[in-house]
Formats: sequence, structure tokens, C-alpha cells
Amino acid sequence: MKEKYLTNARIIDPKNQIDEMGGLIIDAKGLIKAAGKKVTNGNLPAAAEKIDLKKQILIPGLVDMRVFVGEPGYEYKENFKTLSNAALSGGVTSVVSMPNTSPVIDSVSMVDFLKRRGRDKSKINIFPAASLTKNTEGKQMTEFGLLKRKGIIAFTDGVKTVQDPQVMARIMNYAGQSQSLIMQHAEDNILSKDGLINEGEISTRLGLKGIPSLAEKIIVERDLSFLEEYFCRYHISQISSEKTVSVIKKAKEEGKIFTVGVSINNLSLNENDIGDFKTFLKLSPPLRTENDRLSLVQGVNEGTIDVIVSDHKPEDEESKRLTFSQAATGATGIETLLPLALELFHSKSIKLDKLLASLTSNPAKILGINKGNLEVGNDADLCIIDINKPWVVKQSELKSKSKNTPIENRKLQGQVLKTFMKGEIAYERI
Amino acid sequence: MAIIENLKAIKINQNHLLGIQDLSFPEVSHILDEAKAFISLNKSASKKTDILRGKTQINLFFEPSTRTQSSFELAGKRLGADVMSMNIVNSAIKKGETLIDTAMTLNAMHPDIIVVRHQDSGAPNLLSQKVNCSVINAGDGRREHPTQALLDALTIINRRGKVQGLKIAICGDILHSRVARSNIYLMNMLGAEVNVIGPKTLLPHSIERLGVKAFTDMKKGLDNCDIVMMLRLQNERMHGSFLPSPREYYEYFGLTPDKLAMAKKDALIMHPGPMNRGVEIDTNLADDINRSVIREQVELGVAVRMACLKIFCKKT
Repeated sequence: MKEKYLTNARIIDPKNQIDEMGGLIIDAKGLIKAAGKKVTNGNLPAAAEKIDLKKQILIPGLVDMRVFVGEPGYEYKENFKTLSNAALSGGVTSVVSMPNTSPVIDSVSMVDFLKRRGRDKSKINIFPAASLTKNTEGKQMTEFGLLKRKGIIAFTDGVKTVQDPQVMARIMNYAGQSQSLIMQHAEDNILSKDGLINEGEISTRLGLKGIPSLAEKIIVERDLSFLEEYFCRYHISQISSEKTVSVIKKAKEEGKIFTVGVSINNLSLNENDIGDFKTFLKLSPPLRTENDRLSLVQGVNEGTIDVIVSDHKPEDEESKRLTFSQAATGATGIETLLPLALELFHSKSIKLDKLLASLTSNPAKILGINKGNLEVGNDADLCIIDINKPWVVKQSELKSKSKNTPIENRKLQGQVLKTFMKGEIAYERI
Repeated sequence: MAIIENLKAIKINQNHLLGIQDLSFPEVSHILDEAKAFISLNKSASKKTDILRGKTQINLFFEPSTRTQSSFELAGKRLGADVMSMNIVNSAIKKGETLIDTAMTLNAMHPDIIVVRHQDSGAPNLLSQKVNCSVINAGDGRREHPTQALLDALTIINRRGKVQGLKIAICGDILHSRVARSNIYLMNMLGAEVNVIGPKTLLPHSIERLGVKAFTDMKKGLDNCDIVMMLRLQNERMHGSFLPSPREYYEYFGLTPDKLAMAKKDALIMHPGPMNRGVEIDTNLADDINRSVIREQVELGVAVRMACLKIFCKKT
């Protein structure tokens, strides 16, 4: 592989607070050799491969902490190959895959299978998460130590919450010794039982059982109390309400150390978008009020929320063409994560550096992986974006195997032009 | 005489009756006018007409129902349609596949109208997207029961001449009630003032946003009301998680003569049926022919459903 010189770009590296015109050199092994303003058109060797980026933006490839793959067990919804294509077209180069497969990723033998499939079938970096408890039943903890040694970087029951407080306390106590990252989907099962959408005027009008925001807050408060006694690397996967934002803000101000994510859906949509029973907007956590959405946006701006995820959950048509209460929960989103996030920049809701950090360097830091930055010696996993390009989301043009996008026909501004994996162009918009 | 004077009869173009929320004021008055015409027909010796002759009506009931189903069946038959009733026993068919699969099968038989009742809110909306015929909602989950609200309005108009300006109290399990929701929308549209009364655990979140006043004190809620609509309290809600006991419920929310005394002297008592005597309503009040219009509701239900079938049946 020849050295590549990417020139004439706006280089943004959120981790190192770099935002300047310049270039990036990829060495023969696909690693970053240099980046920034010192790489200019003038000092290139004649033999090198040159790519003029025409003043477009170059950022580290995105790190998406919450992605459902479908392998094993649900290959008809998404496999590693379709996920990889979808991710690359959205500028995502690293993902954390959720363990809610069939069977569940809860044992060492499953990890080998997953890593092999991920390596053979996808071009992106797959970082598998294992379940917190056996078969995500919330009873018996998995082998954090052994699984971590095999390459598991985080533990979560994915769509489920550990309900039993004693089990959760012990998990947090035990996880400390192996420095395992615990990721909780915060929702009290009993308070949210049979709930379908946010509890409020919309749920009353549609006649659907509501999920109170208290169901989320109460688990967050419980776990943060445990954290005082049993310190561990603790992350709340996604939050959805103003109430939870204020609990988190207070806890962080008091000096508690933990991290928090939010789904791009909860940042960009609200319960009104559900309209006339649109099952593609049946999500967990549910879309809540406009006030809740605004407080989440504020949370990202203030650093109360660290990470934005796609919560990419492919569901086939059969699982969604049902009555609202019977339809599957979740939406695809990995391809539209960045463009939808850029909407928040264009609307002046979130500053660009904050936004990009929450999609690249922040998740990498939480996961403890050297991704999501442009430092010398790292894999050249890069994303080139035209930040102003207008386009319209069309189900038929998306690459994910499932078509359950929650933002069909949405007009977006900003599109991924090229994605590099280890120095090679892995995706290019034609 | 038209319900709303000086209003031209308007043509209803939609083929589905999914909820009161989808109807306009003139559309409602058109339905009620049509229904009025059927009241006397239903009392006459020969009740049969040929308005829907040659049409096929399928009643698709995923939830058990006696009155609504028989009311729709009679309504269709009196209009001359061929009526078939299907009761889908849920446990027999895998959940989730029933609605669309059954709908597609039925659709292939070219019905003109499907009357559907389903336990899931929004099911008739989904059905209407999948079939070529008219869909009439006979109750979906806790969302809407439009023909019940229409027959309630017709009953009130029959007794009081109009709905506008009346004060109407809806009492009981508002949370789980589609009858309450449809009535809130309809009575508000027709110009009534609506109070809802119930224990806090059975009042839905943000119910005031639907344009009502909410009360947990029944006497205050009934104060000076013209109409008292009682709702059925489902057995499974009586014990435990929503309420301590039927006894306590009756004490605070059962319609008794002393509570009714707060309402206007000639206030009418309504109930969508079937009643739990001694739980939500005093048994003597339920049978008081001067106050209770419960049987009249059933009678006018047929007329309202005839009007709906006539109006919404797909025009070809």
C-alpha cells in the first residue's frame, strides 16, 4: 500500500481540540503518520497518492456504543456484512455490539464465534459487549474476568435492566476488581410494565399504556447510590427525560464518576412524531416530550451527557407491521447517526466540537479503546463529511438489511462522502 | 329537523369510521340526522330496508361483546346487507399474526364493510390501511368507541333537544375507558361542558388536556350536572393495584341517591353497559325509569349504527 496524502481539508480531532485547515498522511501500513496544518500541498513527495479533499471536513471515524447486529440468531434482521456497509456509509468505523442475540453473548465460547464472524464478514471494528447476567435473566452474573480477557470491552443486558437490587449491588461490587465496564439500560420493569410510549397527553389520546419517566429515574438513582458503596466503571446506556438529566447533573456536580449516553432519536424526535401509531417510533427508552428533548440537548452541551449513540436496532417488516402494542421495539439509525446529529449543529442546538466529541473521543475514552482520534500511530479510520450537503432520507437507499428508519423523508443537511478503514477507502459516495 | 339548523347536509367522503377525533362537527351532525330517521323505522312493523342490499358486512370481534356486536348485526340486517359475524378466539391464534392475516383473508372475499373490535388501541387504523373496504371501529383498546359516543349523543338529544350548553359528568374508570375518550371528544365538540370523576389511579395522565375538568370528589364533580354517565368498572381492576376493594369504590364513586342529589333534579343517568349493580351504580337508580336512559341507549344504538353503516359504506 502506497502512502496516502489527504490534503486541503478541515481537520477536526475532538480529543486534542484540533480544528484547522491542513491534511493527513497515511503510512504504508494504514496508520496515521501525521495530521494537521503542517500537512500542506507544498511538502508532498511526488510519488505519494494524493487525495484533494476540497476543503471538506475530516474527522476520526465514529464510535457507536450501542448497536444491535442480529448475529447469531436474527440474521434476517441484520448480519455483520450489512451492518458493516450501513455503518461505513454513515462514517461509523467502530461499534459496540449488544449481547441480545440468540443465544445471548454470555460465555467465552460465544466470544470467539463473534470475533471471527465480525472479522471475516465486516470491515469495521466490532467490539462485542457481553451480557451482565446469564441469558440476560438478571439473576447470575457472567464471567467478567474471563470474558474481559477474551476481548469483551463492556457488560450490559442491552435492552434489559438488572431489576434485582441485590444482584446489581453485587455486580457493581464484583466488577470493580476486574475494572469491567458496566452499562445499564435504566428502566424499572414493574413501573414500565406493558408500557408502550411516554406517559402523558399523547398516551392518553392514543389509548396506549404509558411509561413514566420515573421508571428511568428510579433505576438511575438506585445505581448511583450503589456507586457510592461499590465503585466501578459505570455507564448509563441511554437516558430520555428531564428528570433523569437533573439527577445526573447533580450527581456529577457532587463528584461522582460515571458516564451517560443518549440516543440520537431522543435528541432529534419527540412523542408527537409517533403520530397515528407509527410503530417505527416505538423505542426504548420512549420518545418523550419536547421539554425532555430540550433538556437532553442541554445535557450534551453542558457535558452532563457524554455520548450520543445510534441505538441501531434493525427489525424486519413482519415485526413492525403489527398493532402498536404487538410491534417490536427499536429503529435503525447507524447510517443516519452523524447527519442527524449535524442537524443539531445546524440548528445551533449543540456546538460542533461537543457534538463530534460525543460521537468519537468520548465513547472511545469510556470504552478504553484507542479509537476516535487522529493521533500519530493509530489506525487511519477516518470519515470525510460535506457538512452542508442537503439530502432526504429514503428507506430504499439505506444499506441496513432492515428498513425501520424513524426518520423516513426527513430533510437533513450534511452527508458522509468517504470513510477510510485502516487507511483504505471503505466507502465512497458516488 | 336538522340537529344543527341552517347547516347544509354535508357529504362524508371518508370510508372509515375510526374515531370521533377524525370527524368534523358537520359530519357528526349529518350522522345524527341520519340516525334520527332510523329511530321510527326501528319501531315500525316492517323494519327492513334495501339501502345496503347486495352489500356484505363482516363483524370481526377480537374481544367478546354482546351488545355492540348484536347491535351492529341488527343494524346491517335492517339495512338489507348480508352480515357475517366472526369471533376470533385469541388464544387459538398466535398473537400478532391475527389481525393482518385475518384481514387479508377476509379482504379476498370482497366485503364492503368490516366492523372491528380489538383489544389493541389503533388496530382499526392498521386494518384500514390493509383492506379495500370500509372499516368501522367498534372499540379499540382504550382509545375510541365512536358509535357508543354517537348513540350517547343521540340519546341526550332525544331527551334534551341538544347537547350544547349541558354539563356532563363521566364517572369511573376513565383510564381504561374508550367510551370515556370518545365521549369527551364528542361532547366537547357538540358544546357541552365535561367533568370526569374517578379515583386518581383511574384518571389518565394529562386528562385535562383533552378539555375536561377532573374531580376525585364525586359530589363536586356532579354539581349541577345535566347528564351523569357511569362507566363499567372491570372486575380485574377492583382488587389490589388500582383500588383497595369494590366496597370502598362504591362508597366514594358508586352512584347513589345522595351523590346524585348534587346533580340537577332532572339529570339523566347513562351507562354503556353491562352494569355492575352495587359496584358503580345503585340498583334502584339503574332501574329508575324517570332518570335512567340505559335501555334507550341500547335502542338508539341500533339507529346510530344503521346511520354509520349507511354513510361509511364504501361508495362504488
